[in-house]
Order: sequence, then structure tokens, then C-alpha cells
Amino acid sequence: MVAGRVTVRDRAAFLRRADHRLLRVAALGGLLVLWEALTRIGWIPALFLPSPLGVIRELGEMAASGQLTIHVAASLRRLLWGFAVGAAAGIVVGIATGFFSRAEAVGQPLIAATFPIPKIALLPLLILWLGIGEPSKIAVIALGVFFPMAINTYAGVKEADPLLVRAAIAFGAGRWSVIRKVILPSALPMIFAGLKLGAGTALLLLVAAEMIAADSGIGFLVLHAGNIMDTTKLMVGIVCLSLLGVLSHWLLTRAERLAVPWRHT
Amino acid sequence: MRVIVDRLSKTYRDRRGQDLVALDGISLTVEPEEFVAILGPSGCGKSTLLGIIAGLLPASSGEVAFEGERRPGQPFTATVFQEFALFPWRTAQANVEFGLEELGLPPAERRKRSARFIAMTGLEGFEGRYPHQLSGGMRQRVGIARALAVDPAVLLMDEPFSALDAQTRTLMMEELLGIWERTRTSILYVTHNIQEAVYMADRVVVLSRRPGRVLETVPVELKRPRHEGQMGEPSFLQASERIWGLIRSQAQAALVEGKA
Repeated sequence: MVAGRVTVRDRAAFLRRADHRLLRVAALGGLLVLWEALTRIGWIPALFLPSPLGVIRELGEMAASGQLTIHVAASLRRLLWGFAVGAAAGIVVGIATGFFSRAEAVGQPLIAATFPIPKIALLPLLILWLGIGEPSKIAVIALGVFFPMAINTYAGVKEADPLLVRAAIAFGAGRWSVIRKVILPSALPMIFAGLKLGAGTALLLLVAAEMIAADSGIGFLVLHAGNIMDTTKLMVGIVCLSLLGVLSHWLLTRAERLAVPWRHT
Repeated sequence: MRVIVDRLSKTYRDRRGQDLVALDGISLTVEPEEFVAILGPSGCGKSTLLGIIAGLLPASSGEVAFEGERRPGQPFTATVFQEFALFPWRTAQANVEFGLEELGLPPAERRKRSARFIAMTGLEGFEGRYPHQLSGGMRQRVGIARALAVDPAVLLMDEPFSALDAQTRTLMMEELLGIWERTRTSILYVTHNIQEAVYMADRVVVLSRRPGRVLETVPVELKRPRHEGQMGEPSFLQASERIWGLIRSQAQAALVEGKA
């Protein structure tokens, strides 16, 4: 036996995580500085990797000449249309298959069978059906957004608390009231998760479609710049794409906070 | 209105196709302005009975009927749930207004009615809060206000305070009695707590464990308005003991069965 007094030590201390805000900024900033330095010393030829400042300068020039605006506007239009159509259809199908047993019986196997197809493989078919113009590009984006939306919304509907459904009925709600006032809000968090997922897919398909068959858009810009070995222009296109991705995610997060206030306050 | 439950039975079929009798020939009535408690051990089908009366479950046989005069648009029942069942995406006020929306009342009228019951249940100042920002007691106040706001012929309460801590429960029971003195809405109150039932009800319908049957209806001869002090009165103790005598053996059987 050993006598004595031992103070209890916090054994879970290593689980507590600090924010490290400075480190976050330093990581991103450091990469850019390193990149700029490497290109200045001349270790990496500008043809392979243009300097960050050079890319920003080029971006400014292309924006001033209006060249960039044309491409970004063309891409944005396709993106928004495709996203809107695909998301709307996905939400409707997701709610229908989640709530109505007949819709589920019809929709589930169809979705399971078509979901694994890489959507870009359908572009030639869509071009055949809809022509080489905008509709085929919008359609391929819409298809890409549709599946994650339909699947997520379906899962969200299934997550709805049966007690709340019963409560709504107890207070006089009918089928449509239940869908609008219980099922839809229950599914909203999953719907937003689907929208974020879909936004990524949309961007991917946009670029792919523009590289295959377009004479405008950021995807076209990147491919064209690559063909003429104008790496700086190519990088401008890539920067635009990454900005689009960040922006869409940020917008969706903001929209989610507005639409799902009971989760955040 | 009078609620008549007439020889009501409910049989569930489980996955193996075996029949499980939850309720067996339940008959009872709730008179206008009456406070009736249904008391029974766990698994006696109390909640099933309430669900059938609320029209949320089909009965296997027998019927539930409402008899008497009803104001136009007045719903037969409104339910207060054990787990509150508030809509998390609605503020306290919007929750209270849910039933009023379904009744088709115009917004101004909804506002007026909800304000009245928010005041009655002591929710002033909390109208804009979401359920997760409220304590358990406050949530159930919203549940009660939501149910009272539709002015039902009978208020169904399914163990409304059993999810609350003991102190809150005592306070809420008093408050409910106060509200009932003012509104005089008939109440059918399901509980497994003998004190709670005797303290609040005019009559206590004692159910047996599965299959649920009415063992006896015990009248409570306590003066109203009631207060905590009455819990020591002879008539309170008599009624409590009478009920405990009825369900003691039932509870013991349930205990043993639970172990096996």
C-alpha cells in the first residue's frame, strides 16, 4: 500500500481542439508566396506554371477587354439553368417517391438503374436529341444535379418524424398539408446537402460539356488556352472555376441558414 | 359534447402473423366539462385508446362517437403529446397557430386566438422562440396552447407531463387545472401516475394490463378548485389506495414478465 494524495488529471485534454486561425491564413498565403517565389527565381518555366501575380494581371486585362465576361456569362447561364431545372425536378421526384408508395415503386428502380451512368456519356445522345446549342448542355447539367437531389430529398422525406406527421393530422392536416408543412421542412437539411453536392457535379459537367462542344464558356476558354499553350489564360479559367465553386457553396450555405433557421439559432 | 367509447377493441398483428389484443371491449364516456383520467400500467394500450379517439388509428371493433351540440368548425379532439410533438421549424406562436391554419382561419383571427392562449399558458415573451430554445415545461405549454387554441370538444392528453422533471410536473399540473377551471374544455387525460390522476380528475378509469380492459371507474370526491393541500385529505387517500389495490397485482405481473 502507498499512501498519499493524487490530483485528478484531465485525461481528455488532447481531444480539445483550438481554432488556429492564423495557421489557416498562413497555409493559403504561404503556398501563394512559395509559388510566386519559385516562378520568379526561374526554377519553373512560365509555360508550365505562370506566376500568381501574372495570372491576376491577365485576369484584369481579360476582364477589362470584356473577353472574360463573355465566357463567364455563358457558363453562368448554363450553370444556373441546368442547376435550377435539375434541382426542381429532383426535389419533386424525391418527395413523390418518398411519400407516395406507387411513385416509390415506379421511381426507385428507375433511379437505381440510371443513377450510375456517368452523365457526360449522355452528352452525345443529348446533342443528337436537342442539337449542339444550349439545351443539350443545360440538359446534361440538369441530369447531373437531378440524381443527388432526388436521392437526398427521398432520404430526407424518409427521415421525417412520424410523430410530427401524426401531430399534424391530429390538428386537421390532410395529405397536402402534411407534405407542405411537415415533410418538406423535415427534408430541408437533406435537400440543402443535395444542393451542395449537385453544385459540384454541375460545375464538373459544365466544364466537360464546354470542352466537348462549345465556342464559349470557361471550359472552352481553358481548353482553347491549353491548345495554344497560353498557360496564363488557362490558369485564369481555372481560377474562375474555383471562384465559382467557392461562391456557389457560400451562397448555398447562406441560403440554408435563412431557410433552416431552427437548426442554427 | 359527450364522448362515447363503445365496446372498443384493437388487435394488432405482429410480423409473425400473431394477433396481439391491445384493447378489449373498452366502454367509457366523457361528459361535457368533465375531467376524466385513464390510468393503467405500462403496455395497457392507453395511448392506443387515445389514438383511436383522435382518429389517428383504426379500431378493430366497436366505435367512438361524439354526441351533442357542436359549434360550426369546432374540431372533435385536439391532442397534447407526451413528447410534445412541436414542429421544430415553427416558432412557439406558429406552433400554436398550426391547428388554426388547418381550420382555415384568416391570419388576423389566428393572431388574436393564439395571443389569447399564449397569455393563458404563460408563454408571453417566448412567441418568437423555436422549440429547441425552450425548456421542457415551456415546450409543453406550447403543446397545450396549440391544442386549446382550436377549441376542441374534448382535449386528449397523452401522459403530457411524464417527460418533465418532478418539480416542473407539479407546477404544470396546477397550471393545467387553473386553465381548465377557466375554459372548462372536457379532458381525457392518460397517465400511469395515481397521484396525478386523482389530483386532477373527476373520475379515474382504471385499465388492466394487456389486453386492456376497464377494471373499474373510481370517482374522486375532492372539491374544486383543487390545490396541493388536498393530497392529504381522506378522500384523496381513499381513491389512491383503491386504485393502487386494483393495479398492484397487474404491475407486479408486468414486472415479472419484463424480467423473463
